[in-house]
Amino acid sequence: MQKYSLFNLIKNALSNHQNWDLAWKDPTPKKEYDVIIIGGGGHGLATAYYLAKEHNITNVAIIEKGWIGGGNVGRNTTIIRSNYMHDDNALFSEFGMNLWRKMSQDLNYNVMFSPRGIINLAHSDAQMNVYARRGNSMRLNGIDAVLLNREEVKKIIPMADFSENVRFPIFGGLMQPSAGTARHDAVAWGYARQADSMGVDIIQNCEVIGFDVTGGKINGIRTSRGNIKSKKIGLCVAGSTNILAEKLNMTLPIETHLLQACVSEPVKPVLDKVVTFGAGHFYVSQSDKGEMVMGGDLDGYNSYAQRGNLPTLQHVLTEGIAMMPFLSKLKMLRTWGGIMDMSMDGSPIIDKTHIEGLYLNCGWCYGGFKATPASGWTFAHTIAQDKVHELNAGYSLNRFSNGYLLDEKGLGTKTWIS
Amino acid sequence: MLHIKCPHCGMRSQNEFSYGGDASIKRPELNKEISDQDWDNFVYNRKSLRGKHWELWQHLSGCRQWIKVERDTSTHEIFNTLKANEDISS
Repeated sequence: MQKYSLFNLIKNALSNHQNWDLAWKDPTPKKEYDVIIIGGGGHGLATAYYLAKEHNITNVAIIEKGWIGGGNVGRNTTIIRSNYMHDDNALFSEFGMNLWRKMSQDLNYNVMFSPRGIINLAHSDAQMNVYARRGNSMRLNGIDAVLLNREEVKKIIPMADFSENVRFPIFGGLMQPSAGTARHDAVAWGYARQADSMGVDIIQNCEVIGFDVTGGKINGIRTSRGNIKSKKIGLCVAGSTNILAEKLNMTLPIETHLLQACVSEPVKPVLDKVVTFGAGHFYVSQSDKGEMVMGGDLDGYNSYAQRGNLPTLQHVLTEGIAMMPFLSKLKMLRTWGGIMDMSMDGSPIIDKTHIEGLYLNCGWCYGGFKATPASGWTFAHTIAQDKVHELNAGYSLNRFSNGYLLDEKGLGTKTWIS
Repeated sequence: MLHIKCPHCGMRSQNEFSYGGDASIKRPELNKEISDQDWDNFVYNRKSLRGKHWELWQHLSGCRQWIKVERDTSTHEIFNTLKANEDISS
């Protein structure tokens, strides 16, 4: 593989950049692989990369129905954080933060990781107490957390509404200084390029039609490009998890819901943090191009549509304008939707299943993008060793039946309000 | 904007309704032995169908009645609505 470096950039400039290698190949599927990963999104590509890098398993195929990075890894709001209270979530996410910090060097691909910090705003005394508790839990797990009072928040984000007569006055906030953003497409492309260079076959435009299961063991898949055998198959298909589960006669604690995001026209630098509204569900950051990147609530009903509906967008942006009134002056550049695999307790599932050789990675709700490296790393371990790593032990499939729920928000089973 | 035909009030906009999830889920009968799997299926496990999906909505800013709605989860087209006590198969 050609290394991306200043030297190679200059060398290729001399030939008008006509001689760069393709970043990844377009192979024909082989008859059999050691491992098949279904889903060429961030998590699937990362899983294949860590299978090759950490476990030396390179006879791997990634099967993608559309094109790689065309799903949620290309549709998110690029936020990376580990500000969780529960140990299982905190330790898993902080492990991921360490992978994010070295990702550009690791992948030889600039993922534009920008640890600019995230502030969760608090709008009452009670919420300040809750944030103090969460901040303390984070610090006990080695994650940076700073509790800010109203004046400290005002110094950092003076453009927020600090007037006296607002419905939800800003009391303060919880900041994780090391959180941030990254270029989402680059993450997918970086993992794809490295996985491909180590021998992984990235097979696009290949839909999984069915599974070959005999005697409780998985033997392969049937696809639109023929049958492919494998003794180990991992599902990384996010919002399409229930569709594939149905083909396996499995019913999962997952519902598929629609989430929208939007960006404004680009403006000059105004916001150098990720900020979330504490009295509703709204988050905003500014991209390197200057667009304000915004998102919030689910549309609120089961959906596979990948396109949104206006009432929710209006509701979300009303919260945004309440928090930062200047947003009302901006024109909207683009809105879009993606489909989320909402789990019943708001936490993901990375586990083995009752079918031998079939592994499950789903239930990421809103938090899939930031989890990309940690998810890939632990899922690769689970597949390669045929046992869960201690980092994803809490993300078991049977926690719903045995009562060990990981309900970070304590919202119960109404996935559409979480 | 979805337009939902409330069986009590007629066609109304989505803003008047709140969602209540899969309408095909039935609470296990309490007068007989219930396995852990039955409870698991009732509380957590969902088919989350792509295509026609029966679901509960409440006409919260209207008559406040719960209703059943048959809606396509990939196109958002609504085919049918029923009162809460009417059977889906009817």
